[in-house]
Amino acid sequence: MDVINRKLLRDLSQMRGQVITIGLVVAAGVAAYVTLQGTWTSLESSKTAYYERQRFADVFARLKRAPRSVVSDLESIDGVAEVDARIADAVMVPIKTLREPASGLIVSLPDYGSPRLNQLHLVAGSMPEPGRPDDALVLESFARAHSLEVGDTVPVVINGTIRSVRITGIAMSPEHVFPAPTTGIFSDEKRFAVFWMRESVMAPAFDMTNAFNDVSVRLQPGASLDAVMAAMDRVLDPYGGVGAFGRKDQASNSIVEGELTQLKAMGTVAPMIFLGVAAFLLNVVLSRLVLLQRAQIATLKAVGYGKSAIGLHYVKLVCLIALSGSALGIAGGAYLGSAMTEMYTQYFRFPLLAFELDPRLVSVAVSVSLLAGIVGAVASATRIANLPPAEAMRPAAPPTYGSSLLDKLGAYRFIAPAARMVVREIERQPLRTGLSVIGIAFAVSIMVLARVSSDAMAMLLDMQFQQAWKEDVMVSFLDPLSDGAVRELEHLPGVLYAEGMRMVPVRFVHDGRKRESAILGYPEDGQLRRVIDVERREVPIPESGVMLTAKLAEILGVSVGDELRVEMLEGDRKTVSLRVSSLAAEPFGLQGHMRMSELHRAFGEEATASMALLRIDPREYTRTEPKLKELPKIGGVLRKQTIIDQFKAQSADMMLVFSLILTLFAATIAVGVVYNNARVALSMRSRDLASLRVLGFRRGEISAVLLGELAVQVLLAIPIGIAIGAWMSKAMMNMSDPEQYRLPVMLSTETYAYAAGVTMAAGLVSALLVRRKLDKLDLIGVLKTRE
Amino acid sequence: MTAADPAQSEEVVLSARELVKTYQMGEVKVHALRGVDMNLRSGEFLVLLGASGSGKSTLLNILGGLDTATSGTVVYRGQDLTKADDEELTEFRRAHVGFVFQFYNLIPSLTAEENVRLVADIADNPMSPVDALELVGLGPRKDHFPSQLSGGEQQRVAIARAVCKQPDVLLCDEPTGALDFRTGILVLETLERVNRELGTTTAVITHNVPIAQMANTVVELVDGQVSKVEHRETKLPASGLRW
Ligand SMILES: Nc1ncnc2c1ncn2[C@@H]1O[C@H](COP(=O)(O)OP(=O)(O)O)[C@@H](O)[C@H]1O
Ligand SMILES: [Mg+2]
Repeated sequence: MDVINRKLLRDLSQMRGQVITIGLVVAAGVAAYVTLQGTWTSLESSKTAYYERQRFADVFARLKRAPRSVVSDLESIDGVAEVDARIADAVMVPIKTLREPASGLIVSLPDYGSPRLNQLHLVAGSMPEPGRPDDALVLESFARAHSLEVGDTVPVVINGTIRSVRITGIAMSPEHVFPAPTTGIFSDEKRFAVFWMRESVMAPAFDMTNAFNDVSVRLQPGASLDAVMAAMDRVLDPYGGVGAFGRKDQASNSIVEGELTQLKAMGTVAPMIFLGVAAFLLNVVLSRLVLLQRAQIATLKAVGYGKSAIGLHYVKLVCLIALSGSALGIAGGAYLGSAMTEMYTQYFRFPLLAFELDPRLVSVAVSVSLLAGIVGAVASATRIANLPPAEAMRPAAPPTYGSSLLDKLGAYRFIAPAARMVVREIERQPLRTGLSVIGIAFAVSIMVLARVSSDAMAMLLDMQFQQAWKEDVMVSFLDPLSDGAVRELEHLPGVLYAEGMRMVPVRFVHDGRKRESAILGYPEDGQLRRVIDVERREVPIPESGVMLTAKLAEILGVSVGDELRVEMLEGDRKTVSLRVSSLAAEPFGLQGHMRMSELHRAFGEEATASMALLRIDPREYTRTEPKLKELPKIGGVLRKQTIIDQFKAQSADMMLVFSLILTLFAATIAVGVVYNNARVALSMRSRDLASLRVLGFRRGEISAVLLGELAVQVLLAIPIGIAIGAWMSKAMMNMSDPEQYRLPVMLSTETYAYAAGVTMAAGLVSALLVRRKLDKLDLIGVLKTRE
Repeated sequence: MTAADPAQSEEVVLSARELVKTYQMGEVKVHALRGVDMNLRSGEFLVLLGASGSGKSTLLNILGGLDTATSGTVVYRGQDLTKADDEELTEFRRAHVGFVFQFYNLIPSLTAEENVRLVADIADNPMSPVDALELVGLGPRKDHFPSQLSGGEQQRVAIARAVCKQPDVLLCDEPTGALDFRTGILVLETLERVNRELGTTTAVITHNVPIAQMANTVVELVDGQVSKVEHRETKLPASGLRW
């Protein structure tokens, strides 16, 4: 081996601590990048492939009832490639393993073969035999949640009659990747069932022989979605069509897309930041490392090594560090990425979801870290190699210590000389101090970033479930019921208070823009539901007219005072005109809010409620529940606590893993920066420190001199890092879909405390590591040589 | 050695007995000291002579508590330093020893006065840093940083820093080694003055034979062993030295 390469290996082993921590910084940056970006790309491409394979439809429409012959009218619409008509209706599943009955759907399958669109992915069993009543496929998530197997039977209330449905197979569906009732924003696999039955056995129960009430359409490439939807609406209107909608508004897909958009923010911005920070640090740290080799570079040059040979020497050094760091990062990132993707399969029901490591992704990560390291190291090396060797062999001219402003002010009179060393060093080396502070600040900011999502979620949970929804149980009715029926619920055991709510599915139309949504009607002296805006203030329901979500008003292009056309999407499908009387900056959802009485008046309907909200005595709930289940017209019973628990169990878990991973990386980066700063400072100051030891300073005293400088850097970095973190969080939050969430970036005090705490702990660990070096300081060796 | 020798009657401050120091360099053992016996007596000015590599620095470092011997004993005023641990040696240096080295080892970020005050701050009974600088003739330069001082001036600041805590012993390793003749004389005069006016026991290492003329005692090392100890009746003033 060439001697110069032998020097390389000896240098590496001698600078072990620094090499390892720098390598870990690279590994953390690369791993974060690979994990987050990889998880997102894997989910995105799995979803796309799955939709494609299962022929997920582009447009969906529901209607009352149309004869089969209408299908050909739909097929002749310009831009329509394929039409799949079927029967679908809501069912209730009073399964014994649940306290409240589950809600669900029953969907028809063609008598022979598979549906043309929204094909099922069978995971067990087989398609039901044609002609066998009560045989059905069941949605995989529901089957799994209740340990249902092929051959089991489940009680299902189909169109008012309880039937015993036999499971012939278990299937996944592109329409139910996120298994939740239409209105749910939380996945609810236990309480949401879908059954698929052969059309000929299902049709009689709904009086739908040779008819359909649900249709899906696949577009030709390049077709206009809006034009097709408008044409479909025209065709279906006479048959009670309630308006076609695209994938964007499909219940499961809209959640999946929303989650993916969220994840995209996490999966694109955050990894860039990580990689960028790691690259920056690698650059700074390596350039300092090389500066420490000044005399060696000069000697190499003096004995005849050329500039490029010296440059190459340091390129090799960087490559060894950056490549092994990258390798570790890629391996770690792939492991974490597949674990995270695996976690998403608990959440999104894709079959065969696999984590894939995009080679482009890997090469981006590796190149960025290599480049940053090489630039940093080679720039330093060339700068030194450009000096005449005689000059380079002497140490860099010390910064000229003249009187500074602080000297002139006499500020130093009040501090001990050891502290003066700290202050002067910081004062005379503003660039070095500045870069160190920025490096540590970045680590702090990443920690803030790591927690922003969980903070937002915690806030959302609190706003929604503590401030806005005050009920304990939500009871939905199959058809709107009278006020009296709501009052009657109060007589059930354990029910303290009941309140009706009206929810009308509507389409808002203004100026050619339209949006499907719902209007919520609030009772006059309602106690339970309130509208809360992003500032966490209650927004009152206007006396008259409708209050819109501010974002919805923006989408429709209406402002306060405008008249808005509202088409009711149920019952007699009346169209009325409503005045927009106020706007509410709600954190999520797009809807209208009205007084219940105003709503009834506007649509000319009787006093009815679509659901009842209950306050209950939790100790009595075991008695309340069976009574609720017995009532005939109840569509679903849901305890608020159940939603909260489930949400926490799912999303909160995800968030926890996310922020744990990010925090781990951030802490690694923090230790890497602080430790390397300390080591470089130690190398540069070891002579001073050894002198102090010789003069009789104790170990603790010289540690204070060196670590004081670090402490100042860390303390300066914390507030700066928090500010950068808040800013980056905002950038990341802005990437989420504003039609879903409009959460302000509000970081909790714990996040600040956490970021500051972890950074200080990282500082402490670095300090301890450096302290060990200080204790072994070679007093005599240092003094033997000229500075 | 005769009984009439004045130095013999003085109290021994530091003594070394059968001091051995070996460095293990891989397979090879380097014998830096091979059984050295010597005394440093109160108030005397001792010069340690020897060729480069003869073990002078090693001996001085062990006497000053910067290093420990492989075997043998070092006693400071009856206190055995041989078994002292790092902390005890630090306390020993802090309380009793002043060092001056060939390369001044000043802290570049502190002014002359601050460099001296650095030690005054941790000493029990220091003289005022300004007085210490006056003693070495640098009173007017007290606010200058090391980079603004010549080599000789920096070395005098180093001496002021070493004496300001009023140490019991002052150990100097080639204090003139990096200086030209004229400046070297100035530094030696300063050491002479400290020894005379403060009565500080002083040991100076040099390979410069003429410097031995200003000593009470001259110890010569050859290859890690004491080859000669000479007690001189008359000291030459530093200003009278020539080399
Ligand atoms: N740390 C060390 N490791 C190995 N050998 C050393 C070390 N320090 C000194 N030596 C050796 O010990 C011997 C005496 O060194 P030193 O006391 O510095 O001599 P002097 O100061 O008289 O020139 C020399 O041969 C030197 O090489
Ligand atoms: Mg020497």
